[in-house]
Amino acid sequence: MAWTRDQMAARAAQELRDGFYVNLGIGIPTLVSNFIPPGMSVQLQSENGMLGMGPFPFEGEEDPDLINAGKQTITALPTTSYFSSADSFGMIRGGHIDLAILGAMEVSEKGDLANWMIPGKMVKGMGGAMDLVAGVKRVVVVMDHTAKGQTKLLHHCTLPLTGSAVVDMVITDLGVFTIDKDSGTGMTLIELADGVAADEIKSKTEANFTVAPDLATTAA
Amino acid sequence: MNKIYTDAATALADVVKNGMTLMCGGFGLCGIPQVLIVALRDSGVKDLTVISNNAGVDGAGLGLLLETRQIRKMVSSYVGENKLFEQQFLSGELELEFNPQGTLAERIRAGGAGIPAFFTKTGVGTVIADGKELREFDGATYVMERGLIADVSLVHAWKGDAEGNLVFRKTARNFNPMMASAGKVTIAEVEHLVPAGEIDPDAIHTPGIFVHRIVHAPDVAKMIEKRTTRPRAA
Repeated sequence: MAWTRDQMAARAAQELRDGFYVNLGIGIPTLVSNFIPPGMSVQLQSENGMLGMGPFPFEGEEDPDLINAGKQTITALPTTSYFSSADSFGMIRGGHIDLAILGAMEVSEKGDLANWMIPGKMVKGMGGAMDLVAGVKRVVVVMDHTAKGQTKLLHHCTLPLTGSAVVDMVITDLGVFTIDKDSGTGMTLIELADGVAADEIKSKTEANFTVAPDLATTAA
Repeated sequence: MNKIYTDAATALADVVKNGMTLMCGGFGLCGIPQVLIVALRDSGVKDLTVISNNAGVDGAGLGLLLETRQIRKMVSSYVGENKLFEQQFLSGELELEFNPQGTLAERIRAGGAGIPAFFTKTGVGTVIADGKELREFDGATYVMERGLIADVSLVHAWKGDAEGNLVFRKTARNFNPMMASAGKVTIAEVEHLVPAGEIDPDAIHTPGIFVHRIVHAPDVAKMIEKRTTRPRAA
């Protein structure tokens, strides 16, 4: 069985560590906040100018001056600080954020990421994605393995890049890959979703990858 | 020297010019200078280049200036919430320059701080770096980006005093402080206008030197783009 969206988010949450400052993208990455282990201190950064992001407000308590980067109403925590967009991206560009978890349209075996533009269709813009992948210490992509039957893990991205050699880990509905982006040694399959065989992943992946000797099957 | 103007139209009257470059604070509809945008629309000024993270939504924020076709070019990081924008862009009426959000913020900060250019890793290896100078520092490749200034900056603050000192509220701060510093003329609309001396000097976010004109905008009906809530425990 392929992982559900929640199972993918739970697997991504295993990459969190106590004391981490983390930026979560829109979509499945947002769900990761539901799986922060109890007792672990993780501060969520919202690039529009907030560190220490709390849950959605109760109905009637929405504040138009308090939104996240997806423009959703949110709440503050006792740890919260607010700052300008320049300070926010200073944190990001300056390497102070430990982990970014993002969605993607394509990832290449070298760790290239495409997630902001489809030529010929309307372009919405990259927002903060290019800054995040260039500046954050570690980048984890969470995405479906395929889209409309086509693999999203490629030798080379076909879409315009968000960043070149920036992805450290890819979590799909079928399994988990690490990418050694610095040495260029490529992708390694380190984990299979419960009930998924390595052969199924091979048949649905264009990118070259090696299989870790201690490949684990995990029910996230 | 009186910085306080009776209303937004008066504050804009002698500084708006066709073809000028304008910065407009806000992130989505949060912290946008709503009152000044309406006055700008009503001024009839056109062929504007607008530097703003977003382009408003249909019928609100900068979307109002798209309806009246007063904007010629947008410099933004994300414009995905506006159908009219899409139509005008696809028909070629509207020019668009995408900047990564952090690069946009830093370009504005640099412009206001007298820094003509800087190097960043953001966008290296992407179309954003096309035609720009690349340089290696300590073994990594960086792309040169230019500082930005504007003829007029429009910002929104929660509180301001007669000297032009500003305090922003929560995530409504966003691009407003840098834009205030990067405007040749900066006009601030403030929800609460107080006499000089009432704001704790240690709590001022934007010093009054960056703010040339102030308009009191009480009772602004602030908008929420994506109202999201959680259920109360039963």
